Amino acid sequence: VTETATAPARRTDIAESRTRLADREGFLAWVFLVPTVLYIVALVGVPFFLAIAYAFSDVTTGDPSYDWAGLENFRRVFDDDVFWQSLRNTFVFTLVSMFFIVLLGKVLANILVADFRGKWVVRFLVLLPWTTPVALSSLTWQWLLHSIYSPLDWALFHTGLINTEHVSWLGKEPHALIAVIAVHVWRLVPLAAVIMMVGLLSIPKDIEDAARADGAGYWRRMFEITIPLTFPLIAVAGLFGAIFTFTDAAVVQVLTEGKPTNSTHVLASWSFQRGIDGGDVGQGAVIALFLFPMLLAAAVLILRAVRRMETL
Amino acid sequence: VSTGTGLAAPDVPERMRRRFARRHLMGRVGLYVLAILAAFCCAGPFLWSAMTATKLKADLFGGDNNPLIYNQEPTVDHVRFLLVDTDFPTFLWNTFWVGALVVVITLLLGLPAAYAISRLNRPWSGPMGIAIFFVYLIPPSLLFLSLTRVVVWLDLYNSTWSLVVIYPTITVPVSTWLLIGFLKALPKDIEEQAMVDGYSRLGAFFRTVVPLLFPGMVAVVVFAFTLAASEFLYALSFISATDEKIVSTGVAQDLILGDVYHWQELQAANILVAVPIAFIFNLFLARFVSGFTMGAVKG
Repeated sequence: VTETATAPARRTDIAESRTRLADREGFLAWVFLVPTVLYIVALVGVPFFLAIAYAFSDVTTGDPSYDWAGLENFRRVFDDDVFWQSLRNTFVFTLVSMFFIVLLGKVLANILVADFRGKWVVRFLVLLPWTTPVALSSLTWQWLLHSIYSPLDWALFHTGLINTEHVSWLGKEPHALIAVIAVHVWRLVPLAAVIMMVGLLSIPKDIEDAARADGAGYWRRMFEITIPLTFPLIAVAGLFGAIFTFTDAAVVQVLTEGKPTNSTHVLASWSFQRGIDGGDVGQGAVIALFLFPMLLAAAVLILRAVRRMETL
Repeated sequence: VSTGTGLAAPDVPERMRRRFARRHLMGRVGLYVLAILAAFCCAGPFLWSAMTATKLKADLFGGDNNPLIYNQEPTVDHVRFLLVDTDFPTFLWNTFWVGALVVVITLLLGLPAAYAISRLNRPWSGPMGIAIFFVYLIPPSLLFLSLTRVVVWLDLYNSTWSLVVIYPTITVPVSTWLLIGFLKALPKDIEEQAMVDGYSRLGAFFRTVVPLLFPGMVAVVVFAFTLAASEFLYALSFISATDEKIVSTGVAQDLILGDVYHWQELQAANILVAVPIAFIFNLFLARFVSGFTMGAVKG
């Protein structure tokens, strides 16, 4: 009699502890997630809306009290030719960089997945541009492209490839922007290569082998197997490159400071110049706001590429 | 007739084999050439940097010297000057402790968040993962102006502590994403077994998940530290006092005295910072790669 009484009791005990466990999971999930969510909301979410609010204000570093200024900042920003120049630069800069980053990243990824002696050293050297703090590597480029002591000029001049001894890369109009683009490409190609490497490594070996057995040559395999199969990751690498390029201020800030005569500014560096150096937070905020649409577009595209990867 | 075909038959594969061998050899040579070229393009500026740092002044700035070789004896004077007579050690120390604290905050926030998203099967897990990924894409250049005001409100302007508070906005999202990837690679049975053995969910998390996730956590530590050490825009916006600066702003701004660039010291600083970071990063590259793909692919 006692046995039959305790058996169902034990069963309900277990069931009860199960539901308690489930309750605890919900509770745990809350406890685990809330600090992060609060932190992100407080220091990313709020500042994001604050940035929009500042665009319509007369806030300056000297007088931080908020007064509504309507579209005044927009008018003053649009009246300035440097803004349009920097908007144009940002697009030129992003499109050209992205093209080279994807192209060279693909080449580099192919090298990095191959097997060869000394691979570790090559990988270390190849990673340097990406892992080095951008301010430091930009300083090195500034020195490499120095108007008088550039070893690049020296080498090009003494091999007869150029006929001036001093090019002064950072002091002239198209050259300076080309230099900024080159440094960006140099810096982000390793990152793109690593992302694409992931794609190359995920292709099942037997597909490649089957194609090889069927007589498909290198280029045929590249265009009919590798690229279609890794396309989503190539897209992700390209979009990441685009976002980092579109929104980067550091290279311009260190390499050229917008010189010569504000011709190499991009939106991010111009926003810094106005908002921090110039102290005009309102104008800086307006300029930075122009980064947002592009960012949103890139984010949506990345999400679609990732979705496509999941269905593969 | 039969002997004739018998002789010709092995001949054809032999020719084919030789052709393949030649093609293979050319492929290998091409690969090495490309690998060396890639290494040179990427690391060339650092080579110039290292040479500059160890050249004598007369050698570096001597009118007709070939800049690509040492015309005079190399020297370590500039490196010594950098380490003894400049604020560089202060910058290094600031970078180090800011990075360490940022890493701790990142793990404290990121690890539980990643666990909640990937393991505790809530209906909002999927969207939350995507939301965290998007936060990573919001760049400093969009937020630096308003965050500068926030830092002023917090009374942290011109203090290295401002970076400790703000840098996790960059590192937490990406680290959470990485940790989600590592967690997905961890079999669920292990925790379930621990719970069968009598541990609570929380106990199972601490006793099985945290130790097993340790390699992934080390990777996250390296990644977050590197991100914190490389950041430039926030550090530039929040801090202008020399002894509160970190490496990236300190070297770029405060080792240049007026218009005088101490190129040799600057380049020495570059090498001293760049080489260790790249070295450690290289050790963990495979792990970053697996973390990112796990998070992305195994939805």
